[in-house]
Amino acid sequence: MERIRSFIDAAGWPRIIIALFLLGLFVVAPFVQVRLDASISDTLVRFGMNGVMVLAMVPMVQAGCGLNFGLPLGIIAGLLGAITSIELELTGILGVLVAMCIAIPIAAVFGWAYGLLLNRVKGGEMMIATYVGFSSVAFMCIMWLLLPYKSPNMVWGYAGTGLRTTISVDGYWIRAISDFLSFQQGKYFYFPTGMFLFLALLCVLMWLFMRTKTGTAMTTVGSNPDYARASGVDVDRMRTISVILSTVLGAIGIIVYQQSFGFIQLYMGPFYMAFPAVASILIGGASVNKATILNVIIGTILFQGILTMTPSVINSIVQTDMSEVVRIVVSNGMILYALTRVVKVKSR
Amino acid sequence: MEGHELLRMEGVGKSYFGNRVLSNVNFTLKKGQILGLVGENGAGKSTLMNILFGMPVIQETGGYEGKIFIDGNEVSFASPFEALEAGVGMVHQEFSLIPGFTAAENIVLNRESTKYNILVEAFGDRLKTLDRRKIRQRAEKAIETLNVDLHPDMSVSEMPVGHKQFTEIAREIDKERTRLLVLDEPTAVLTETEAAILLKSMKKLAGLGISIIFISHRLQEILDVCDTIIVLRDGEVVREFEPEKTDLMSIASAMVGRSIQGQSRRTQEDADRTSGDVVLTVEHLWVDMPGETVRDVNLEIHRGEIFGIGGLAGQGKLGIGNGIMGLYASGGTVTFDGRNVPLNDPMAPMSMGIAAVSEDRRGVGLLLEEPISWNIIFTTLQVQNRYLRPILGGLVRIRDAAAIRECAKHYIQALEIKCVSERQRVVELSGGNQQKICLAKAFALEPKLLFVAEPTRGIDVGAKKVVLDTLREYNRKNGTTIVMISSELEELRSICDRIAIVDEGRVAGILPATEPSTEFGLLMLGKVEKTRERVTA
Repeated sequence: MERIRSFIDAAGWPRIIIALFLLGLFVVAPFVQVRLDASISDTLVRFGMNGVMVLAMVPMVQAGCGLNFGLPLGIIAGLLGAITSIELELTGILGVLVAMCIAIPIAAVFGWAYGLLLNRVKGGEMMIATYVGFSSVAFMCIMWLLLPYKSPNMVWGYAGTGLRTTISVDGYWIRAISDFLSFQQGKYFYFPTGMFLFLALLCVLMWLFMRTKTGTAMTTVGSNPDYARASGVDVDRMRTISVILSTVLGAIGIIVYQQSFGFIQLYMGPFYMAFPAVASILIGGASVNKATILNVIIGTILFQGILTMTPSVINSIVQTDMSEVVRIVVSNGMILYALTRVVKVKSR
Repeated sequence: MEGHELLRMEGVGKSYFGNRVLSNVNFTLKKGQILGLVGENGAGKSTLMNILFGMPVIQETGGYEGKIFIDGNEVSFASPFEALEAGVGMVHQEFSLIPGFTAAENIVLNRESTKYNILVEAFGDRLKTLDRRKIRQRAEKAIETLNVDLHPDMSVSEMPVGHKQFTEIAREIDKERTRLLVLDEPTAVLTETEAAILLKSMKKLAGLGISIIFISHRLQEILDVCDTIIVLRDGEVVREFEPEKTDLMSIASAMVGRSIQGQSRRTQEDADRTSGDVVLTVEHLWVDMPGETVRDVNLEIHRGEIFGIGGLAGQGKLGIGNGIMGLYASGGTVTFDGRNVPLNDPMAPMSMGIAAVSEDRRGVGLLLEEPISWNIIFTTLQVQNRYLRPILGGLVRIRDAAAIRECAKHYIQALEIKCVSERQRVVELSGGNQQKICLAKAFALEPKLLFVAEPTRGIDVGAKKVVLDTLREYNRKNGTTIVMISSELEELRSICDRIAIVDEGRVAGILPATEPSTEFGLLMLGKVEKTRERVTA
């Protein structure tokens, strides 16, 4: 009994309820002709796709910059890397690596400027971050049309210039990371081993970074900036580093996402990308100034699990195709719930 | 002067969360009399006035004990409005004026004289027009009662501080019901001439039958105008004086001379200590710390001594330590061990071997949400790169969890920190144990010079003794020079070798701790400087 109580305390009621709901969906699934193996496989793939972008939340939260609603900025850097890699006609793992190598420096520069901005709006980071994300997306809507990319796979057919809204990576580097050591079990179950290994690698690196001198200082800045300053830490510098890290992880995250998804989505694609990532880490139990790798993993599984399962199960129950409606209701509902937690943690 | 009794307090007491700040206060105030209320910071003056004025903070923290009578009837104000209704007016230290309004408008605020107009028929009294002429007349009358030179049409935002103060007082006078006026340090912001004018108008008001409670740190003023003087110390009325039968000296000693119980005591050995060469020189230091401005401080601190810095709150004593540690914008020259200490860079003094324990324990001193071990080692890890171990063949270095645990355990044992384990979060500990962690954090740096600011603020008596003994022992054992900054004079006198008193951002004087406390009291109150000025003039 005592152990159960301490487990509930540690996990928190919201997570237990969501986990039980998810478990319930899996139990119900076979009875409404939803294949369990396909569902689990879907959940796993979505977890791998989104994991890195959720991980991108960690440094900024730890440094007290709040949740990175400006994630689209990093995503844009990732998109630039991805389309450049396709323009160069690179395929396979090399294509992904080159995409990342191009995206990371761009993301670092973006993150640095974004960090300077956030250092001027201490206390209101999340509001400003949201608009940094939105406005960068709007700006890039112009740039996607103007940038001199030539690959026939990417530009509008009738004009010969300007990038399309959706670009397929098929034939270039589709599932280049996922398929490493991956396996297929039967017709429906696919396990993207490579993607998990990559996510695990990034998680370990983040874990190690948080234990270095810089990482420790970053956590302290988030915990109490005055204490950090009195201990000789350059608070603004730590915050900037955290923003750069978060933006870089956002760029890597979108490339991982695309190689699994199979498409690069430009224009309004990155617009709402930050919200699922924010919701995931909050559901995972992070607060606005404390986040762990465990929060990332649990949160992503729960959020993506619910997102995968609810539409298919409910669809089968009501016998009409309203999966898109259910998906939107569920995902925004989860985001709404998660954001109310932000306020609660803040007002404490 | 004699009249009937206006205000009587019987056995008034108050404690905040089990921490007693006021106990058994008794006094009476007659109509038309001026009562002087003096005491050190934290003696309970503000709490007493908050009780009288029915401030919500009193109700929220569980009310007060004892009884208050006005005109012989027991009263208990639940809000300042009720107090105003009963004729109690208060002028706070902070101004509550509307900057864009004129003096006259501020004086009659919310009690404006109004005229009838046709809209009143439709919408009620709220739409009456202001009667500007009458407002001006009322303001002029109130200002005349005060007998000051203040133009009713002057905008508050353009006024010098003194005039703002007069506007506040005029507002209280304009209220017809006001019979008791509380002035909380009204002269603190005034020049000498303005203060003299204010004192004169206070006497005039008293002559008109208004009773006044006058709180001030300037004892001479108190002696000049008051009919009775009450000295508060540690929440108790220690003496009641009549100004004709006393002098500055006895009031000062009543204020500061507290009986020491359970505190560290000086021994003969302490008295015989000799200090070494000069280790820290401070020249023309200024520090822009809000509320604790340091203007021009010169100090020489000797190796191995415990040097105390005292003075009243807001005079700048806290600014000295924070300025040298680079936490607030500062200037001047600071030399440590023959080397110049760069200012405005928190890393610089620490890497030279200077550590500090902040007066703002919960704000600056601790990571409340983090475990004890982190709190103790973090500064050392950042400044000295200790508690790190190499991994991946020396490529990067990460926190050495085992060494951190060892260090934390060592200090938990050495300082007797009461906790479950070194992983417990600091927010769960008592104030005294939190203070010990702040000390452990500073000790972990193994400093050559240690600034300790207000080490006993907000902790209980037992913990106070432990903290002071720890500091003394650390000084004796390691020869660390300690600069202790505290508002508690007796505390400083119990462990320091020499004590500097800071007044208005400057060092008023440095005395050996063995001097009688009255000497320090006079320095604190700026008395010595003033008499000297008078002599030279």
